[in-house]
Amino acid sequence: MLRMALAIILALSLAISAQAQDTSIPEESGVNPRASTGGAQTLNDIMARQANQKLDDSFRSDAVGDPNRAAGLTQQLGTLGGVSDAEHWRALRYGTADINVSAGGAVATVLVQDGGMSWLTFRDGPLRTYGGWLLLGTIGALLLFYVLRGQVKVDAEMTGHKVTRFKSIERFAHWLLAGSFLLLGFTGLAVLFGRVFIAPSLGKDVNAAVLGWSKWVHNNVAWAFIIALVMIFVMWVAHNIPNRLDLVWLRQFGGIIGKNHPPAKKFNAGQKVIFWSVILFGSSIAVSGVALLFPFEIQLFAKTFGVLNATGLPEMVGFGALPETLAPQEEMQLAQLWHAILAFVLMSIIIAHIYIGSIGMEGAYDAMGSGEVDEAWAHQHHSIWLDELQNNDQGKPTKIMSAE
Amino acid sequence: MKAMLTGFAAVVFVAIASSAILDTLGFDSSAVHSGPSVRLD
Repeated sequence: MLRMALAIILALSLAISAQAQDTSIPEESGVNPRASTGGAQTLNDIMARQANQKLDDSFRSDAVGDPNRAAGLTQQLGTLGGVSDAEHWRALRYGTADINVSAGGAVATVLVQDGGMSWLTFRDGPLRTYGGWLLLGTIGALLLFYVLRGQVKVDAEMTGHKVTRFKSIERFAHWLLAGSFLLLGFTGLAVLFGRVFIAPSLGKDVNAAVLGWSKWVHNNVAWAFIIALVMIFVMWVAHNIPNRLDLVWLRQFGGIIGKNHPPAKKFNAGQKVIFWSVILFGSSIAVSGVALLFPFEIQLFAKTFGVLNATGLPEMVGFGALPETLAPQEEMQLAQLWHAILAFVLMSIIIAHIYIGSIGMEGAYDAMGSGEVDEAWAHQHHSIWLDELQNNDQGKPTKIMSAE
Repeated sequence: MKAMLTGFAAVVFVAIASSAILDTLGFDSSAVHSGPSVRLD
């Protein structure tokens, strides 16, 4: 009996304490929850906002006055035209004020850019956190893989016979792309992480100088990246069309895991994944980058959202209809976030590419270094390509090295 | 190796050239987002 009484007391005390902590807005029950404040926000509203709870603040954004209900000019407050100062400021803050400017265009009509805080919060929070961990995680996973698997060796004896894997122009385009991508990656990371890593350790002046240079390099090296992207697309797209052979390669993990060495043409399925990642992510990064280079000139997202909404896809995945009207500043903010998110993904993929093209696989670097690879290497990794090359007059072994 | 160094040199060349060309064409931010009534220096 006593135990039951204690249980009831405990349950009641928990219920009371839960009620005391509940700061959410009372549900619609026909009673105006803000009647006590005359429609203004209540303590519950403020506490909910401070607790980062989702809050329907239409009671504020819609309270922007009504000129049609303005008092006559001679009456009290008549000169305000039906809109109080507070209502004016609310309209400015929520972007509904009718602003006319004589210069500066649509950008200048936005006096208070409310969405800027969401952008800043995301950029300084999840973007840095998840982006940074993605890169560190990729490097960590590759180190672990190297420890467990070691370098992928060439099984057969090196023949000493070399075949041309990539011509000079192909290697030039690759290194133009690689060099520009590395510079863009490092300077992009400096711009994103400078304030949290460089400034606290080396000082704000050093951070400012580094970021000033980073901005110049990032803005101007971008064109080299775009030129190289076009070059490799034109030169290699025909070799990167997916085919049935790729499934065999993927089933056997390309010989990177396990002992099999599946046949492949000039590019195997893994290289095709890299190629299309670079082309698709790189193009999208380039387009959003150009939009950032020429601020407010190119509007990408409102139109894209319109097309996406027409497909019904955003609602299907639970996003609801995406906004089709965006302030010029919001376009820039979305372009920056999209640019950075895709760049993180591409950097992660390229780190894996650098690994397999250097320490991860014996002889892989030669393909892009000198352009010449040993026949044994070519036979192990690109057997069909080697056969085709040897059956072609131009593809006969170009150099015969001493076997030592 | 020669192709790699040529590629890296081309990155530097394109960067310097694009900066000069865009400035000459009046695309630097001071030209686009400022006016004669604004003193930047």
